[in-house]
Amino acid sequence: MAIALKLTSKRRLWTFHGGIHVPDEKSLSNTQAIESPPLAQRLYVPLQQHIGAPARPLIELGARVLKGQMIAEPSGFISAPVHAPSSGRLIAIEEHPVPHPSGLAALCAVIATDGEDTWAELPPPLTDYPQLDAALIRERILWAGVVGMGGASFPTNVKLTPGTDRKIQTLVINGAECEPYISCDDRLMRERAGHVLEGVRIMHHLLGVRAVMIGIEDNKPEAIEAMRLALAETDMHDYTEILPIPTLYPSGGEKQLIRILTGKEVPTSGIPAQIGIVCQNVGTAAAVADAVLLGRPLISRVVTVSGRSIARPSNVEVPVGTPAEHLISHCGGYRETPRKLVCGGPMMGFELRSAEVPITKATNCLLALTPEESPSPEPALACIRCGRCAEVCPAKLLPQQMYWYARSKDLDRIQDYNLFDCIECGCCAQVCPSHIPLVQYYRYAKTEIWAREKDRRKSELARARHAAKQARLERQEQERQARLRKQKEALETPKAADPEGEDPKKALIEAARRRAAAKKAVTPPRQLTTDN
Amino acid sequence: MKTALVSSPHVPRLNRVDRIMFEVLLALIPGIAAMTWFFGWGLLVNITLAVTFAVLAEAAVMLARGRSPWIAIGDLSAVVTAVLFAISVPPTLPWWLTLIGMLFAIVLVKQLYGGMGYNPFNPAMAAYVFLLISYPVAMTTWLAPSMLAEHSFSFMESLRLILTGGLPTGLEWDAISSATPLDEMRGKLDLGLTIEQIRQGPVWGELGGRGWEWVAGGFLLGGLYLLWRRVIGWHIPISMLLGLLIGAGVFWIIDPQTHPFPAFHLFSGAAILGAFFIATDPVTACTTKQGQLIFGASIGVTVYVIRSWGGYPDAVAFAVLLMNIAAPTIDYYTQPRVFGHGEKPG
Amino acid sequence: MLAAILAIAALAAFFGLLLGYSAIRFRVEGDPIADQIDSLLPQTQCGQCGHPGCRPYAEALAKGEDDVNKCLPGGEALVLALSDLLGREPVAMEVKEKVPSVAMIDPTLCIGCTLCLQACPVDAIIGAAKQLHGVLIDECTGCELCLPPCPVQCIRMRPLTEDIPRWRWPYPGKQPSDTASPVPVRDAA
Repeated sequence: MAIALKLTSKRRLWTFHGGIHVPDEKSLSNTQAIESPPLAQRLYVPLQQHIGAPARPLIELGARVLKGQMIAEPSGFISAPVHAPSSGRLIAIEEHPVPHPSGLAALCAVIATDGEDTWAELPPPLTDYPQLDAALIRERILWAGVVGMGGASFPTNVKLTPGTDRKIQTLVINGAECEPYISCDDRLMRERAGHVLEGVRIMHHLLGVRAVMIGIEDNKPEAIEAMRLALAETDMHDYTEILPIPTLYPSGGEKQLIRILTGKEVPTSGIPAQIGIVCQNVGTAAAVADAVLLGRPLISRVVTVSGRSIARPSNVEVPVGTPAEHLISHCGGYRETPRKLVCGGPMMGFELRSAEVPITKATNCLLALTPEESPSPEPALACIRCGRCAEVCPAKLLPQQMYWYARSKDLDRIQDYNLFDCIECGCCAQVCPSHIPLVQYYRYAKTEIWAREKDRRKSELARARHAAKQARLERQEQERQARLRKQKEALETPKAADPEGEDPKKALIEAARRRAAAKKAVTPPRQLTTDN
Repeated sequence: MKTALVSSPHVPRLNRVDRIMFEVLLALIPGIAAMTWFFGWGLLVNITLAVTFAVLAEAAVMLARGRSPWIAIGDLSAVVTAVLFAISVPPTLPWWLTLIGMLFAIVLVKQLYGGMGYNPFNPAMAAYVFLLISYPVAMTTWLAPSMLAEHSFSFMESLRLILTGGLPTGLEWDAISSATPLDEMRGKLDLGLTIEQIRQGPVWGELGGRGWEWVAGGFLLGGLYLLWRRVIGWHIPISMLLGLLIGAGVFWIIDPQTHPFPAFHLFSGAAILGAFFIATDPVTACTTKQGQLIFGASIGVTVYVIRSWGGYPDAVAFAVLLMNIAAPTIDYYTQPRVFGHGEKPG
Repeated sequence: MLAAILAIAALAAFFGLLLGYSAIRFRVEGDPIADQIDSLLPQTQCGQCGHPGCRPYAEALAKGEDDVNKCLPGGEALVLALSDLLGREPVAMEVKEKVPSVAMIDPTLCIGCTLCLQACPVDAIIGAAKQLHGVLIDECTGCELCLPPCPVQCIRMRPLTEDIPRWRWPYPGKQPSDTASPVPVRDAA
């Protein structure tokens, strides 16, 4: 694809293939300053709010917890701890619905808040971090449970720990916020630009990168202005650039943003670090600043509550674990009965099955959409192969071919068409004139492929165990046969050695005993063997 | 409560099949108007008949397949097929040929392959070719354009001609029919005349045949509308017209006396209609951009080759059907480089 | 006439020799088709197909002695995969697919007889004589072979609960729809 020579702030920007313009609907919520609603009485803190291994609970039931106290510790390299978002009593660790497309429940720590919001003893601020060992700072970020706050919730300290084999040159900060409705990063940049930049500076220090690029979509001029002003007050401007990028969904996708800002493509099934880039969200930068400069763990976040069903769309900063319904009632409740409740943006988010689900570290938006905003899908027609989906696909895939194979459940062929390069941005489904739920077909195919892979591994294991058992039985049978033969020989030979008196009798008894033992070995009471 | 799990995006959809088809029908209006002006009411009668037959056939097959006929009719695809067919055939075509054509197009070419979206061949063109081979005389008997015609048919006369085959009293087929410009050019070239001599005849206008060039212009207008509305992409029409123009241009430069100039090819026959309305049928065309360029250019060149050396004066239908066969293969070999799959140098 | 007969005869002889040679030269060792089938089977070793384990069923299939629809744990997907591999018509499953389950031993009833240990084809039950037995959930294939030998019926099959890591997006066509319609209007084609 040709390179767009759009010259903004003296820097060349690139384009990615496809993309669509969607009504951004940001004005619903982006004029209100970030609010702090009253504390909810119960906080449901999921023990897994990140990609990787779930956290291990640390606190006993019924114990009093303080705000910022670690209640679950990480259990692997890619894992993150969970902290109490407010003070109170840990009344249960139980299954509770969590924000997930399935609507299923997962383990949550239920905290009955006492309303005092008493802080636990926090680690000291590391304001002198440039002089400190990088490992110490990373440990602090790990301790604080900082995860990517743009939605993927990958543990941040892992991302800030590049392998020694690759040199990171560029840090890309994602302030694009390309999904419609969402304005939490916009507000964050407008109101706390300095704090965000502090976080950026810490990450810049940790990675030792040459350049920092902050990409912000140009439909957020106030945020761009605020960030520029804040940048002018720091000593970061010789390596940091604020880059307004054209508004085009999905420019906030990690791979797309990197392409826009650097012209490089993240290799398929690879990570940006492979091309010397680390990408972090602005919210994550603020959380890093909290952790390092204030010693505070990630226990709250800014959430956009919007949609035309919400009486008073706004941005709220709430403790993690706050039930969604608490936020909605704080925002004035429903203006009209919503058609659906969506977690995340309308393009990639998922429908919530219940309003009881808690806010997690990755929840950036709650939408209550009216039937007009989100009409029920019409019956899908046949694909007419018009190719509009391929035109808008930012991954340059052929969605119509992938649909064909997903529909016929041909899970091998669909991978030939690079299913796993699909970022599920929803552009194809949005433009499809036949109203085919394309993204769902791809999600179905992806989860099905993973499940089959799991099944295959399990059956491989079963095959190995079965073979081991067969081999064992066979060996035992052979041993038995061998023993029987020996006994037979022993029975036949003694006749020659008759004169030895008592011995033959002994031998007979011995043989009988052995026979019994051998029988036992094949039939019932056999001990568990350990050869597998 | 167990409702259907609906995946994102949770926003209103942008396009609709029926709206796309409607825009295509809208874009056909200037061409149809010009054609009616020059060739009489027969075209409108044919369109009405073809649409009726097509919709009835579609509904019948959908019912026979145990599916809702309303969806198939509602997407307007049968209507588009019918209108394209009616435009392609002579405006005097007997009604029963239109019926056979529509049954062939809808039942055999479209529904037997699975209906909308699954047909490998363009139904209108397949029906056209089927009739052209089976009933060559009826399919090639064109009226002369109105300014050259001795008799201008009234609506009732057209209706009667189509339904009963009866000509108005005192008229003979020989008197009212006339060769199409492509036919005329071909016949005269075969007689050894030069282009200059041929163009002295009364049937020639500025670019193509008199009247015919206006029809082509009407379709061009509609085609530009479709491009502007982004109903179709530019790849197929432009590459097809370029293929035709380059083919014609090369031979015209070599010998302008025996090869008509390129604009003649463009504005004669079904070149423009084919480029914007027929080759762009998404179901049967290529879907990759690169593939569309190959697809369109191949149609253009094939049209020129058959027009110049083949057995038929025009060849858009043949060329489109031929390339329909090749479309899946072209698509397979022209898959775009997926994001992140090795940067091409430069 | 004679020339034609000779020519055909010569051709026949040539191709006969060619076929004979390639049969020897490119001889296939073993029975890879049985291996391929075996790799598709779920390896529960449950015997519900009527064969004593997955491998024997694979061999029976390879010889064409059995139908492709006998494997209950494999379900519809396996029938399709097998008929695809063997070039046979897919046959519908006779019985409904089972929910994936694992065995669970009731600790209050188990007498530690070790009978189930011997029945388990994949050694997924651990224990010793007169000791409480336990099922290794990750290894259990849900074959139910341990149920009949238990003298006190203390083993139950427990369906695997749907959890988030195992959850899959449903196939869009199969969704329950709000509007019940006599004609399948979900998909026009």
